[in-house]
Amino acid sequence: MSQLFSKNSPFLARWTAFKHDRRAAWIAFVVVGALLAALPFLVELGLGRSWVRVLNFTLLYIMLALGLNIVVGYAGLLDLGYVAFYAVGAYCYALLASPHFGLHLPFWIILPIGALVAGLFGILLGTPTLRLRGDYLAIVTLGFGEIIRIFLNNLNTPVNITNGPQGINLIDPFHIGGISLNQAHTIAGITLPSTYNIYYLFLLLTLLIIFISMRLQNSRIGRAWVAIREDEVAAEAMGINTRNIKLLAFAMGASFGGVSGGLFAGLQGFVSPESFNLLESIMILCMIVLGGMGHIPGVILGAVLLTVLPEALRYMGDLQRYLFGSVIVDPADLRLLLFGLALIIMMIFRPAGLWPSPQRSRELSDVET
Amino acid sequence: MLLEAKNLVVTYGGVHAVKGIDFNIAQGELVCLIGANGAGKTTTLKALCGLVPVAQGSIHYHQQIITHRPTHEIVQRGMVLVPEGRGIFSRLSVAENLAMGAYTRHDTATIRHETDHIYSLFPRLHERRQQKAGTLSGGEQQMLALGRAMLAKPKLLLLDEPSMGLAPLMVSKIFEIIQHIAQQGMTILLVEQNAKLALEISHRGYVMESGLITLHDTARNLSTNPQVRHAYLGE
Repeated sequence: MSQLFSKNSPFLARWTAFKHDRRAAWIAFVVVGALLAALPFLVELGLGRSWVRVLNFTLLYIMLALGLNIVVGYAGLLDLGYVAFYAVGAYCYALLASPHFGLHLPFWIILPIGALVAGLFGILLGTPTLRLRGDYLAIVTLGFGEIIRIFLNNLNTPVNITNGPQGINLIDPFHIGGISLNQAHTIAGITLPSTYNIYYLFLLLTLLIIFISMRLQNSRIGRAWVAIREDEVAAEAMGINTRNIKLLAFAMGASFGGVSGGLFAGLQGFVSPESFNLLESIMILCMIVLGGMGHIPGVILGAVLLTVLPEALRYMGDLQRYLFGSVIVDPADLRLLLFGLALIIMMIFRPAGLWPSPQRSRELSDVET
Repeated sequence: MLLEAKNLVVTYGGVHAVKGIDFNIAQGELVCLIGANGAGKTTTLKALCGLVPVAQGSIHYHQQIITHRPTHEIVQRGMVLVPEGRGIFSRLSVAENLAMGAYTRHDTATIRHETDHIYSLFPRLHERRQQKAGTLSGGEQQMLALGRAMLAKPKLLLLDEPSMGLAPLMVSKIFEIIQHIAQQGMTILLVEQNAKLALEISHRGYVMESGLITLHDTARNLSTNPQVRHAYLGE
């Protein structure tokens, strides 16, 4: 070792050259890591326990948005029925870990199964829609989302599979071996309530999905997706197997949705078809559009904003009562109102999203010139 | 013969775009397919590389029937199309476009070497390699489309209207480059409306009219053929 670090060693010289960048990167890594680990504590301290739950939902939506981002952002295939895959994942979890069938598999087995099944459903949707583009594709995917929801609603007869509109109750919470994440645990003198445990689980999976998204973007497959988005015929003429690459986009996106769905089921302990309606699909799409299509940090920002802001608007009821003595506009209505307004403002001033990828903003800027 | 099409028929719905044509290309030849708008030239090229389905007839390439093979497989076998209107990825950089050309290949070192060769062939592309391809001029885009196709390591290059929408000076420059590529041993099938230029650089030519091949001869004979001179060379 001493030789390795001796003054003249080439290793040391090279190391010094990189040291600055490396050190900065490491510091950033440690700071962000510590911040993410401390986040639930900070949130509870500042806003209260219920906001830690909001935090968990935020992570869930980040995963969902990143999944849809693969289909819409990378491959340019407009999918308005993405919530179907979320539903498939959620019901996978519900059926395999609840008294409904008497199955109680652990979540780390169910999540991959959910991802796989959702991926297969992605291929199921992708196969008949390969020749469709733009609006036509959007209509079919929208229909697909509804078909899944209606199936879940009606698959209680003749054989009761989904328990129909009542949904499935008493879903097992997350547990690893004998340790349930639904109980408070004390580690090294710090007590972690259940929402905290779930936060760390979700954080881990979110980081994994971010990592996969990043790797995909800079891969051969990622470039093929961009090429298809740009010019499908030319992409085909370059030797890209457009059929498989498009199906892969559907399957990858769907499997992320399946994982998120499983997490949703475990978190809620209850699933029913009404959680998976069209509005949910639209919300996820809006997260991507608002944040910046195809750009991972933008998509994350969009998911955070659209999960946190509606929660914050709940306080508007109290504010109105305080100011006017009564609630003039119902906070729920206000939410949609402001939401529509925000989208219109976005379209006018930042058509590429709040935090677009450098490439996308180039794309949109040349429209103006 | 490197490529042989026998009784090729292509239909769009009920419309017969190509009505049973025969043609062939030998190794190292530059063959042109000329004809007016709507004669079926582009459809023929698309059928060759599997972009539109063949209704009847067969395509033989390297003594193998490739009639119903998928496009990506045909590209991998070395038949590469430069599509009409160039088909560059306008929002990707020049360098990224070239990289897409080598999509089917995995020999990174050779690809880098050949990319440098393309840059030496088209210095303008090298100057603008970081620029997004949509900002290039029409001629530069055509160069990029050619360079990108070359990186797929073609054995047979299909060029669809390389002169389309280009200034006359640029057209002659592009044709010079095509001739240069052909002289280095590339087999090329050139589809053109600009019959005069196409016949100047080709060895042989086929004349296509409303889905049928009506004439076939050496390029020299075609350019002196009174019928061709009347219909396509404006005399």
